[in-house]
Amino acid sequence: MAARREALVARARILDEVRAYFRSQDFLEVETPSRVRNPGQELHLDAFYAEGGRYLITSPEHHMKRLVGAGYDRVFQVCRCFRQNEEGPHHQPEFTMAEWYRARAPLSSIADDCEALLVRAAAVSGRPFDGECVRTTVAALLATHAGVELQGDEDLPALERRVRTAGHDPRGARTFDELFFQIFLDHVEPALAQGPPTFVCDWPAPLAALARVRPGTPWAERFELYAGGLELANAFGELTDAVEQRRRFEAEAEERHRRDKVAYNVDERLLAGLATMPETSGVALGIDRLVMWALGASQIADVVAFPDPEV
Amino acid sequence: MAQMYDTSEIRKGLKIMMDGNPYTVVEFQFVKPGKGTAFTRTKMKNLLTGSVLERNLRSGERLEAADVEVKNMQYLYDEGEFCVFMDNTNYEQVQITNDLVGDDKGFMPMNISVDVLFFQGRAVGVTLPNFIEQEIVETEPGARGDTATNVTKAAKLASGATVKVPLFINQGDVVRVDTRTGEYLDRVGRA
Repeated sequence: MAARREALVARARILDEVRAYFRSQDFLEVETPSRVRNPGQELHLDAFYAEGGRYLITSPEHHMKRLVGAGYDRVFQVCRCFRQNEEGPHHQPEFTMAEWYRARAPLSSIADDCEALLVRAAAVSGRPFDGECVRTTVAALLATHAGVELQGDEDLPALERRVRTAGHDPRGARTFDELFFQIFLDHVEPALAQGPPTFVCDWPAPLAALARVRPGTPWAERFELYAGGLELANAFGELTDAVEQRRRFEAEAEERHRRDKVAYNVDERLLAGLATMPETSGVALGIDRLVMWALGASQIADVVAFPDPEV
Repeated sequence: MAQMYDTSEIRKGLKIMMDGNPYTVVEFQFVKPGKGTAFTRTKMKNLLTGSVLERNLRSGERLEAADVEVKNMQYLYDEGEFCVFMDNTNYEQVQITNDLVGDDKGFMPMNISVDVLFFQGRAVGVTLPNFIEQEIVETEPGARGDTATNVTKAAKLASGATVKVPLFINQGDVVRVDTRTGEYLDRVGRA
């Protein structure tokens, strides 16, 4: 328990630093509901049912965006999120997320925020870190580490051809994202784990999620931050096109039905909010993992007061 | 049709086929890239060669069970290139080449009971008990008063392997050894 006490003290100080940073940047701290009707339609996230037609949030994304749509330009929140079937050294069904949005700001400003938070967290733990992060693209990483030349607008058969050309076995992947992440995990992640913190930018359009696709390109304005073998944050140049967002929600719902998963109604309140939302960049950053990175911990259980099995 | 496993059934010790070879799972871990499908990061050992393979298995990927059977048998004798084992229930004998027995051979005294691994009906390897007791047949004479230090010397077991032992161990001592690591554990008596 001695090691855990140290971790909990560091964790509390890192949370202080996170809040201090956002205050220094003129953000408003907000709280949004944990029990919601639309916990997010992403295919690979499974929400816990919470009675009354509500689900526990998998992230506070929808309500945060409704606030931005209502004119709150800089909002942040530190909250608990809940995801079924996620358990492992880097996953717990209940975890802590920092999520923030900057209206009228480019995605690079979110990367700057992330860098500032890494610097502050490292200072708390004494981890040597000079703030230097690499900014690169998905395509560059796949080319360098897997020999796969990604164009960004592939469908599954086209990606399969590129993967085979590079000498890899698609191993029966059924969807674009399955095959993409297989290559990413096998070849890119191990390399990222060895290097400095890295912003992995410009994701192929099929993996845009809630990000906008940069006009005239097949690339989504999305980045993930990897540090010390951990995936710390996932950021979007937010999609504000309600028509396109409705199309994506419906496609995800259909795929969820096909896989016998619960599909949620389209979140009409969010779509209404998008209509009044200015150009915005936003991100979710895992606090447990930020603490792990700062302390060099190898599992979430080392940085929380009560790891899931002890609850 | 061989039995199939789902990635959710992966556990330590599971015997599966991968790229045409039989493996046993030694480690596994849930991983999930952002917004992506779940994977099980799996480390497995080739049952024929002992080499270790790491593979990220996609959630839902189907795995073929390896046709592997384990039988407790007695080690009879060394026939040069082979070791000969006997099933004490029906007195059937099998041979395993030294290559497949590997370093375990040095920790395998005659008559010891071991688990013999059969792949597709063919004996391909052995699993020793975790601990064995063996007489030291060769080592430098002991030095008194050195029991507190970590200084070690080489000593040869009756079964053939050489292990590192503390200086106070003498020829004729019987020691306990961990067969998984080849490490000396303690002295259990005199032969």
